[in-house]
This record gives sequence, C-alpha cells and structure tokens, in this order.
Amino acid sequence: MRRIRLGSAVMAACLALALAACGGDDALDGGSQQNQQSSITIGSTNFSEQLILAQMYAAVLEKAGVDVQTRLNLGAREVVFPALEKGDIDLLPEYTGAALSFLDPEATAVEPQEVLTALRSKLEPKSLVALDPTPAEDKDAFAVTKETAEKYNLQKISDLEPVAGQLVIGGPPELKTRPAGLPGLKKLYGIEFKEFKALDAGGPLTVSALKKGDIDVARVFTTQGVIAEEGWVVLQEDKLLEPAQNLIPIGRKDAVTDQISQALNALAPKVTSEELTKLNAQVDIDKKDPETVARDWLTQQGLI
Amino acid sequence: MNVLTDLIQWLTAPEQWSGPDGIPARTVQHLWYSLLAAAIAIVIALPIGIGVGHARRGGLLAINLTNLGRAIPSLGIIILVFTLVGYGVVPIEVALVAIAVPPIVTNSFVGMRSVDPEVREAAQGMGMTGWQLLVRVELPIAMPLVMAGIRTSTVQVVATATLAAYVGLGGLGRYLFDGLPQGDLSQVLGGAVLVAVLSLLTELVLGRVQALVVSDGLAQQSAEAAVGAKVQKAA
Amino acid sequence: MTDGPPTLLAAELVRWSWIGDHADDIRDALLQHLELTGLSVLAGTLLAFPMALTAVRWPRLYAPILGFTGALFTIPSIALFILLIPFTGLQIWTALIGLTIYTLLILVRNMVEGLRGVDRDVREAAQAMGYTPARQLFQVELPLALPVIIAGLRIATVTTIGLVTVTALIGWGGLGQLFITGFTLDFTTPLVVGIVLSALLAFAADLLLVGLQRGLTPWARTRGS
Repeated sequence: MRRIRLGSAVMAACLALALAACGGDDALDGGSQQNQQSSITIGSTNFSEQLILAQMYAAVLEKAGVDVQTRLNLGAREVVFPALEKGDIDLLPEYTGAALSFLDPEATAVEPQEVLTALRSKLEPKSLVALDPTPAEDKDAFAVTKETAEKYNLQKISDLEPVAGQLVIGGPPELKTRPAGLPGLKKLYGIEFKEFKALDAGGPLTVSALKKGDIDVARVFTTQGVIAEEGWVVLQEDKLLEPAQNLIPIGRKDAVTDQISQALNALAPKVTSEELTKLNAQVDIDKKDPETVARDWLTQQGLI
Repeated sequence: MNVLTDLIQWLTAPEQWSGPDGIPARTVQHLWYSLLAAAIAIVIALPIGIGVGHARRGGLLAINLTNLGRAIPSLGIIILVFTLVGYGVVPIEVALVAIAVPPIVTNSFVGMRSVDPEVREAAQGMGMTGWQLLVRVELPIAMPLVMAGIRTSTVQVVATATLAAYVGLGGLGRYLFDGLPQGDLSQVLGGAVLVAVLSLLTELVLGRVQALVVSDGLAQQSAEAAVGAKVQKAA
Repeated sequence: MTDGPPTLLAAELVRWSWIGDHADDIRDALLQHLELTGLSVLAGTLLAFPMALTAVRWPRLYAPILGFTGALFTIPSIALFILLIPFTGLQIWTALIGLTIYTLLILVRNMVEGLRGVDRDVREAAQAMGYTPARQLFQVELPLALPVIIAGLRIATVTTIGLVTVTALIGWGGLGQLFITGFTLDFTTPLVVGIVLSALLAFAADLLLVGLQRGLTPWARTRGS
C-alpha cells in the first residue's frame, strides 16, 4: 500500500516537471527560432521612455515584415546591456551619452557628433552597432523646486556655486564618480555640495526625495513628465558639461539586417524631444500603456 | 583567483573603513534599521504569541503564521509603502517588521503550549493565579522557544535590511546597489559577504543570549524536539 | 501627484480599470511565477535528496553540509542573483539557480531530520526481515519520514514564492514584475495586485501541500495524542 502511494507521488512530481518544461518554452525562449525571415528580440530597461521606444521599434519592424519578440522590463542598464552583449536580446533603445559612459566611465566627449563617434568605436569591438540617432535628446540635468529656485535665485547652474555648500544633492550612485557628475561640477563650476544622497537615475526615489525636501537639488532627465507637473526649475547649463543624449537603437551586428536598419532609420528623424516628452507624460502621469501610447503615436504619424 | 584577490583588496583598503561611506558607518546604519524593526516586532508579537499560548486558543493560526509570513514579498511591501509615504525609513521598517513578527508569534505560542498540562495543574493546585502561572511557570519553560523565535526573526531581518538601500537609504546593501551600476564586482561581492557575516554574528550573539536566559533545568535539545513534534502534529 | 495621507484617503489605492486592461499581463506574470517556483522547488528536492542521504549515511558530513548551505542562506537573496549574472546572464538559469540554492538548505535539513527521526527499532526490524538497504529506504524510512519532509517542502515552497519576486530585479520576477511597474509609475494598483496574488498563491500552495501530506500518510491521521 505504502509503495503505491510513494510511487504515485514520485510519478506526479515527474509529470509536473514535464508539464512545466513544456509550458515553459515560451518564457524560456530567449531568442529567435524561425530563420526564414529576419527576426529580432528587442529588450528594454524598466523606464517608461525606453519602454515606449522599444514598443515603437517593435511596431515599426513588424510593419516591415520582421519577426519581432520583446523582452521588456529587464531591469537597470547594468543588467540589460550585458544581456545584449551576450545575445539574450538583440536590440536596445539607448542614449548616446549614457551608453558611452557606461562603456567608458572616463569618457569626456560632449558634442553630439563627438559622442556618437566615440560610442561607435566602443561598440565595434563588441560586435555591436548603433543605428541612426534621433533628434530627441533626453539630457541629464539638475532641477530644484520652485521654492528653492526663488529662495536662492537660481536659474542656471553657475548660480549654485555660492550656495551649494548648504544644499543636498541626490542622484544615481554613479553621479558621485562620473566626469559629468559631481567631479565635473566641481571642476567646471567650482560647485561643492553639502551632501550627496545616492538614490536612482531620475526614478521614483529621486522624485520623492525632491518633493519631500530630503534633497534640494536632483539629477533629472529633461523629458520627464514630472518636471512640468511639479513645476520644478531645470537649471540652465551655462557651461558645457553634460554629454549629448540622443536616443539611438543599439543592436547586435549579426542580428541587425539591412531591412531592420532601414526601418529604424526611417523612424529616427520623426522622434523629437517635444514629442517624446508628451508621450512620456501619457505613460507616467496618465498611467497609459507604453504599447498603446507608442502605437497610437505611430499611427498618427503615418508610420504604421 | 582574480575575483578573490580583488575582493580581499577591497575589504582591506583603508578607505573602506572610515568616513560616512565606510564599512563601520554602514554597518551601524544596517544594525539600526534591523534592531529597530526587531524591537517593534517583539513588542507586537510577544504579547500575541504568549497571550494566545496561555489562553490556549487560536492555535491553528499561530502555528501557520510563520509559514505564511515567509511568503510576504518584502520587496513589494517596501515599494508599496514607499509609493504611499515617500522617501524615508518607514517603508523598510514596515517590511522588516512584517517579516519579523510571524516567527516570534509562532515560536512563543508553541513554547507556551509545550508546558506540560500536569505542571500547569500542579501550579494551579498550589494556588497560583493566572498571572503567577504565566510569569513563574509558563514563561520560564517557554523561554528557549521564545528566544529561538526572536533569533530566527532577527537574523532574517538583518539579511533583509539589505533592501533598505533599494529605496535610497544606507546600510550594507548600499554596496550592492552602488556597485551594480558601476560594474564593480568587488563592491557587490564585498557587500554580500559583509551582510552574511553580520547575519552569522547576529545568530551567534543571540545564541549566547539565549543560553544565558534559559534556565538551567531545560536542555535546548529537548525543546527543539518538542517543536518538531508540535509542528508535525499541527501540520 | 501622490502627496501622502490626503491622497491615501482619497480612493486610488486600486484602479480596477487598470486591472481589467492588464489581465493578460497579470496572468502571464502569475504563470511565470508558478513556473519559477515549481521548477526550483523540484530541482531543490531532487538535489537535496542525495545530499540528505549522504548526510545520514556519513553523519560526519552533516555538519559541513549544513554549514555550507547555512552560510549561503545568510547571503541576501538579491546579492546571490546579482552575482550570478556575469555567469548565466539574464536567462532563466540565474533565477533558477539562486532559487534552488535557497530551497536546498530547508529541504536538506528537513530530509535529514526526518530520516533520522525514524525509530531505531523500526529500522532494525526491517533489517531483520531481510529488507535490502534500498527497499528499507523506500518502503520503510521514507514513508515514515514523510511528514517532516513535507513540512520542509511546505516551508521551502512558500519561501520560494516570496523569493521569486526578488528576481524582478534581474529581469524575471513573476508577480514581482508588477512591483517594478508600480514603482517606476508611482502607481499603487499593480503593487496591491502583486502582493495580494502572491499571498494567495502561497496560501494555496500551503493548503495543497498539507492536503498532500494528509493523503500520503493516512496512518498519521489516526494517531491519538
């Protein structure tokens, strides 16, 4: 009697394993399996802007007849970019400046063309390729609340110099060490803050901390919807410190066919900073779906 | 191995041991988040576990609470509370207290229940009031399990307090969440090792406290055997 | 937008329309969660079994095995997942390996305790009756150790259900995906859905395993005290 019970338990377990293995194929499948037509796997981080762009790439490529798979919401860049290098994904919406400083933390290129050239040279040995950049830029910037701006009369970054010693700045952990971060502020503007709080890159932590006054100055990104919503003041860059941040598709050389680059290069010129900011607001403020937002916009633009 | 030597270099570098980003400062922060949560959890959980055990009711829930408590998605709770109240220490504390309470409740309950009914009768026969029974008889007998619960709880809290850094706070988790964006494997590894060491130390220290607090007549082994039997029966 | 207490009181904890619109995503997240849990608990069980047998056969190995898995257990789960990334990338293996390691400690410990808990007399009786060691193990010791082993299985499964959400930070996560969505959008609805569903999932799994235990050990039900 007992033998039968134990045996059936073991059998049930094996069955469960087999079922799981079968049903799991979709989720386990990392890459493209059909080789008759172009196929590609598009990845993205968790940020709304990149989700929107990834959905745009997906829609445009589908229209061009490419077999598209998406693996979105994979995490932060440090987790996602290695996935691109490894081949778990084939294409990623990126930023020229940010991608460059990720690959080369000491990079000092600032102008758009300079940054692009430097980026391409870093991608080449990794068998990665950057397609055409968009006019849209989501630049790194510093913002303060309206009250802080009024209190210390802040309009441009150099206005911070006399008062920075009383202020707390918040941003992603790497802000402390990157050339375009605190070291650059000190070198170029002579600015030194009272304290640095390591939060996130313009994400919920930074937004909340600035709203609540736990930080006085925040690292933000210029197309974020929350800036307009909260009435924050983005300090003008009077000296050139922040590198260009044009949005750009970065993909694996062996996956990006001519068909794919043509389709995406046709999309690139249409994406401007103003349009992107509007789309971001729809996702961040109205909580609309990135896929819906992307497709509606593409339809309006006559691209799909 | 390269990774190992990098790690040792990182751990022994002098910058690591001074200043607000140094290991001592971050350890203190980490312990602060942990001990605060543990204290709050004890204040909440002990009365419940002991009360329910003394009254001998509500056992099913108390026994299963620990297991259900294991399912609490700490990350989810931290983020939810953060979304509601914003940046600060509240999100991590709520999550840590939530995971710390169940083991203390369950273990205290089981400890109280492990008191032999005959011993209770004898005490009552001697004329002890309910309160005296609780304090002079049941609690001392339950103490090994109560302490075991507090120990388990606190070690879990120390390991999970790593997530404080996820919502912008300090603690040893900072090495994980700072090292990751910078691709600094030594920092990430160092942080992980430090938390593991801290958890182990917590376990050891509380083990000593437990040995001091438990009365001599009670061997820990028999208490743990009792837990095994109780869990089996209740399951 | 969300300003703390005033907004808390004002309704929007759960936007039901969002749930309706995203039912597919929620279902996919749930399925991924089940998959990650099922596979790692199964893998953990299969791996723990030989380890437990080894520890019972050669008691001197038990302390080091326990020590090793115990040390791994104190490493915060997020660290373990992050450290696996350079080796296994973002494929499901990173999540599975990490999750399996955590279930190992619980299962090994319970299997050993369970097998050791079998009465000496029973074992000797089986030997006297001429049972081979294999038969003894499968027909006598295991069935008797089953209650304790399943208690461990319950703990391991429920713990894994909680840990799966952490893998959201490395691209998986099951229901944990909803947490990330809620975080980046500053939106409580997916968070509440994720928390409630993972709690229900754990509860259901626990009940299922209790049922399994009762089903597999009918003799335990009739035990008096």
